[in-house]
Amino acid sequence: MKVLMFGWEFPPHIAGGLGTASYGLTKGLAKHGVKIMFVMPKAGGDEDQSVAKIINASDVEMMSEYSTLDEYWQNVNFMEIGSNLVPYLDPETFEKTVTEAVKTGEHGEHIAFRNKFQFSGKYGANLMEEVARYAMVAGTIAAQQDFDIIHAHDWLTYAAGIVAKKVSGKPLVIHVHATEFDRSGEHVNQQVYDIERRGMEAADRVITVSNLTRNIVINRYGIDPDKVVTVHNAVDFQTREDVEVERGVKEKVVTFLGRITFQKGPEYFIEAANKVLKRYPNVRFVMAGSGDLFNRSIRRVAQLKIATKFHFTGFLRGDDVQKMFSYSDVYVMPSVSEPFGISPLEAMRAGVPTIISKQSGVAEVLKHSIKVDYWDVDALADAIYALLSYPALGKMAGEQGLEEVNQLKWENAALKVAEVYKSALEMIRSRVSSGQGL
Amino acid sequence: MRKTLCFYFQIHQPVRLRRYRFFDIGKRHDYFDEYVNRSTIRRVAEKCYLPMNRLVMDMIKRYGENFKVSFSISGSALEQFALHTPEVIESFQELAKTGCVEFLAETYPHSLASLSSTNEFEMQVKRHVERMQELFGQKPVTLRNSSLIYSDQIGERVAAMGFEAMLTDGAKHVLGWKSPNFLYTNAANPKLKLLLKNSRLSDDLSMRFGEREWGEWPITADKYVRWLNDSAKDSEIVNLFMNYETFGENQPAETGIFEFMRSLPEYIFSMTDFEFLTPNEAVKKHQPVAPLHVPYPISWSDEEKDITSWMGNELQTEAFEELFKIQSRVRALNDPVLDKDYARLQSSDHFYYMRTKLFSDNDFHRYISPYETPYEAFINYMNVLSDVILRVEDMEKKRILVDEKDTDNEENPVKPKKTTRAPRVKSAESAAKTSKKVDAKEKKVKSKH
Repeated sequence: MKVLMFGWEFPPHIAGGLGTASYGLTKGLAKHGVKIMFVMPKAGGDEDQSVAKIINASDVEMMSEYSTLDEYWQNVNFMEIGSNLVPYLDPETFEKTVTEAVKTGEHGEHIAFRNKFQFSGKYGANLMEEVARYAMVAGTIAAQQDFDIIHAHDWLTYAAGIVAKKVSGKPLVIHVHATEFDRSGEHVNQQVYDIERRGMEAADRVITVSNLTRNIVINRYGIDPDKVVTVHNAVDFQTREDVEVERGVKEKVVTFLGRITFQKGPEYFIEAANKVLKRYPNVRFVMAGSGDLFNRSIRRVAQLKIATKFHFTGFLRGDDVQKMFSYSDVYVMPSVSEPFGISPLEAMRAGVPTIISKQSGVAEVLKHSIKVDYWDVDALADAIYALLSYPALGKMAGEQGLEEVNQLKWENAALKVAEVYKSALEMIRSRVSSGQGL
Repeated sequence: MRKTLCFYFQIHQPVRLRRYRFFDIGKRHDYFDEYVNRSTIRRVAEKCYLPMNRLVMDMIKRYGENFKVSFSISGSALEQFALHTPEVIESFQELAKTGCVEFLAETYPHSLASLSSTNEFEMQVKRHVERMQELFGQKPVTLRNSSLIYSDQIGERVAAMGFEAMLTDGAKHVLGWKSPNFLYTNAANPKLKLLLKNSRLSDDLSMRFGEREWGEWPITADKYVRWLNDSAKDSEIVNLFMNYETFGENQPAETGIFEFMRSLPEYIFSMTDFEFLTPNEAVKKHQPVAPLHVPYPISWSDEEKDITSWMGNELQTEAFEELFKIQSRVRALNDPVLDKDYARLQSSDHFYYMRTKLFSDNDFHRYISPYETPYEAFINYMNVLSDVILRVEDMEKKRILVDEKDTDNEENPVKPKKTTRAPRVKSAESAAKTSKKVDAKEKKVKSKH
């Protein structure tokens, strides 16, 4: 089976949650013998290549890094399209992230880059232009390449998927990693919502990363439940190395690691920290990451007068993420809306007990994590206090969590995706044989 | 009686922090950016301190007792001169010998301690006075506080230390219809005289001198002296207070600022009845006209002339409170290395970098912050401060152990803690707030061994 896959990022270029997931999934599919052509806009920056197709084999840096994964690369034919955009990032963050990535040559593939997109002025117009351009390019590619099925990741590539389907007549699967409701709460951008809904309607199958997202797709976008399938994300730890660090602080450390944006609920973490500190002084809180609520969070911490016990690290790259986990005694993900959420899995992998919000997709697959409503600051504070105070609890959550997370394999997720492909193909075939049009 | 022209120059350089991360807390205690500090000091010495000192010396040689200036040099600047450019100290010492220069007292690290109720302010001033005596053989009798910060209360504290006079800003919201060009006194203690900065004439040099967009550009000595005559018609003293970095650094040599200064005395002597005096001479010569009521602190900063540049947002207040919360404990430990670090963290600059009103401030470009945003400045400062707090806690514990050892006659030396995860005692908590608590806990720990 040959798949024409449309994505927006892919490691080691700029790798956020979406990039990591795309990578894990393609790798898993490769194990099941599925061949993939992965199309992505080049998130490099300056190049003004209006319509360009780049075979990525010439990208020496990437090849050298992943040259060991021959099996994988034989199956992924890589193409890039010039673009100056990355999804979910506001221009400032984008610039910063790119500069950082270029400067250090590292890539923070552990951090979820998903961000509330701020539609302001020029950039907004450019983004839509880019999406349209990407779709146009998709048509060209679809006409030239030979494949059986189209798979498009997240709204920026839906239009591309639709065009490819129209050009080739092949079935379209779209993969919903996040919806506009996750990114912007109730203040959805209508244009983005429309693109999302059009994609979901045009698709033969819709894959969602959790039941939480599946419900949103069905209820908020009015999509036929029969064609919406949940395939939970997995996590790939093969490339991770455990980092052992000597801790400089004596206190226990409670960590929030992720983008500091509305979606991630940083304010609930701060309020809970304040409550815990009143009862349990032998602890430090760390907020690792950056985002549009960064400055507001710092001000709130100063207001609460807890700044000598509450620290900010800024955006963490490379080894620093693992370092942060090995510094941590408790990991908290208080997301307001999280379609899935990879980072608690990474924390669990490092043996750190986790607290996650019930409003996250990952809560559907995890048993050994404490789950609270994101808005319930008291419950969150209570859970933090318990993990700090009752060692048996933390120990069990840490050990069981590690075991649990090791069971979540992309290979298994990919198998489910392959099933989705098959059902989409069968559906098309039966339609054709019964004389129905596309 | 001749009118008085009083030049006062401020010399200060903070010891800038390096990027100190959360991961460094408890591990590294080197907080300062050696490279940036060294290169800054060397650059400013070359562009400003050395050439301007040469010029002042030339003028003193030429006009003798008729040309006088005053300086205050912060302890943190002196420390760094001693390390990187000792010739700067020597040239100030040469100036001191002429007798035409008054050295003023200030807080040693150029701090905000006067805004704290702790005795830190008095201690820092005392330390600075001692240093002035050591280096320049003068015991300062006039005090100038960081950025001319002043209030009735601060004035009282300064008077209580025995100072005769203090410098502050002629802030409009405090003066009202009154002129800054007279001598005033503290509201509570008339013994303390106040010299007020003439903002317009001072800022014409320090802020506007090289500004080509300014309608009055270029300023010549001739023009400037005419302004001086106009603005000082019915007054007695004109106080020109400014950063010494005005000469050659903020106003680069190309603006002609050095030539301007070189020719200024000639015009003053020929066109006016002003004489150059030092602050101490000025307060002896003139009679105060009125007490000045300043219930809330003022400074020479921005349009507002208040302290919002350092204490204007919650980040700054939090940093300030945490810094002074440990003051008595740092003092009690009396450890030279800790004292030095603590003093360096006192510099008002660290707080200035945290200001959030900078975007509306048109003189922001004069104060290049080492940080991209005030938030980063806060994070970095608080990380360093957190480490200092940890050191204080550790040292307190060690002291108690040593004390006990002395009384118990124990043989075992105290082991420095290096465990990755320290043993946690449930109830006592490691972050004990009082030494009594620590005492109890350490006894418990010890009895286990």
